[in-house]
Amino acid sequence: MLTVLLKKWRTGLKKINMTKETFKRVDGRKLNELRPMTAKVGVVPNADGSAMFSFGNTIAIAAIYGPRKLHPQHMQNPATGILRCTYDLLSFSVADRKKPGPSRRSQEISKVTEWALLPAIDLKGFPNTVVDVQIYILQADAGTRTAGINAASLALAHAGIPMKDLICSVAVGKQDKNIVVDLTKEEEDFEEGEGATDFAIAKLANTDEFTLLQLDGKIQPELIKDVMKLASEASKEIYEVQKKALKEVVQK
Amino acid sequence: MSAMDVSNLSKEYIKKMFSEGKRFDGRKLFDYRKIELSYDVSNKAEGSARVKIGNTDVIVGVKLAIGEPYADSPDKGNLTVSSDLLPLASPRFESGPPDFPGIELPRLVDRAVRESGMIDLKKLVVKEGEKVWTVMIDIYPINDDGNLIDAATIGALAALKKAKMPILNDNFKIDYDKKPKEELPLNEGISPISFSFYKLGNTILFDPNREEEEACETRITFGLSKWKNQHVINSCQKSGETPFTQEEIDKMMEILPKKFDEVSEKLKKFF
Repeated sequence: MLTVLLKKWRTGLKKINMTKETFKRVDGRKLNELRPMTAKVGVVPNADGSAMFSFGNTIAIAAIYGPRKLHPQHMQNPATGILRCTYDLLSFSVADRKKPGPSRRSQEISKVTEWALLPAIDLKGFPNTVVDVQIYILQADAGTRTAGINAASLALAHAGIPMKDLICSVAVGKQDKNIVVDLTKEEEDFEEGEGATDFAIAKLANTDEFTLLQLDGKIQPELIKDVMKLASEASKEIYEVQKKALKEVVQK
Repeated sequence: MSAMDVSNLSKEYIKKMFSEGKRFDGRKLFDYRKIELSYDVSNKAEGSARVKIGNTDVIVGVKLAIGEPYADSPDKGNLTVSSDLLPLASPRFESGPPDFPGIELPRLVDRAVRESGMIDLKKLVVKEGEKVWTVMIDIYPINDDGNLIDAATIGALAALKKAKMPILNDNFKIDYDKKPKEELPLNEGISPISFSFYKLGNTILFDPNREEEEACETRITFGLSKWKNQHVINSCQKSGETPFTQEEIDKMMEILPKKFDEVSEKLKKFF
């Protein structure tokens, strides 16, 4: 039943997908339109800093613990504090239950998240310490790593970690020949024409420095410039949402 | 000169040389070392290849087995890529559970191969929804002298091109006594190659040797292929702390298609 419906939907899509002008996204959004975003700071009272960030149905929470003394001692760096990220999906955040515990995928995302956040922060004032960033996805509808990075960036700011900028993250994708921002799971699984490409990007909010670049799919190198431009524009909107959330918690 | 990281002193010197566009071995920044490819590392593998880029030496083998399809792709065979960074290959590698580079390497090769659509997974169905072939690519570095990912992707490509389908008997068991004839179903003309840019200071370059690689701060790996006569990027991953600027990314996009054609041409004689 489901497959029949899906096939119908896909042939339907194919028909309306012929040209750029008539291209409609599944949820009716414009090509450069992000899903509704929400951000809230201070969602985990125990943590030194915490935040929730959502893109539509994708919801991420992040909590910061630290700077605190790093154990085991041999991992300590006397020159600087270190950042340690953990990203994972809650078991029931996806359609097929995810087996609890780290997977290769989640370990990879944890590491690239760490690298996405590091250029914004400075831990030299906290030698031998660690700042732990815990990111969990409550509900997944694509774009989980980007939502997680946005939440973590907010949580780091909330924790008072020295930062030179916020990090904004968004996925830009391609469906057939159309470049679209902030894909849903349904859009990620698009198979017609040139198929779907998913490009997760993070950047410093106020400079042209890109800290996360992760892509899967099929995209012509000459299109990358447009993709980056779209990501930069979307980042400005994300930045505003992040700033607003941070102001709310300060004004309380 | 074994298990030591590159010293700050040499790092500074390498950085200075890179900024002048120079390298110890006389190569230009975007030159690859000599690439050599040979086959049939093991006659027990369905396909195998050995790639050398300079002194970097990697063996890749392909095995096939009957498995169950994934729930979301009952009409497709499976692909898995794994690797073991053997302590044999470098003083930096230690036995035990894989650390991040050991997890990342097979994932990058997997994505370059899978997303390019090189393997025709739909032709690997034995009984729809129940039995499909699983293609298992295993990567073993024999000597790590830098740029392991690009070498491993070439190895996977070569081993897949040579892989033969084993013969099944009536109860879906492989009969290793029968000589395989058919080739693994591949989509004609799709040959993914990965290219890793490394960055130190403000310089980006290709194919570092061990010492250069250790001095570098960040890497970004692109999987490229040609699809319907156009270059496409199939995968990309930035690894490391330093960001890339828009300008650097634009430059990479200019270099990538040219380099893809150049390396493809060089590899042609081996296929």
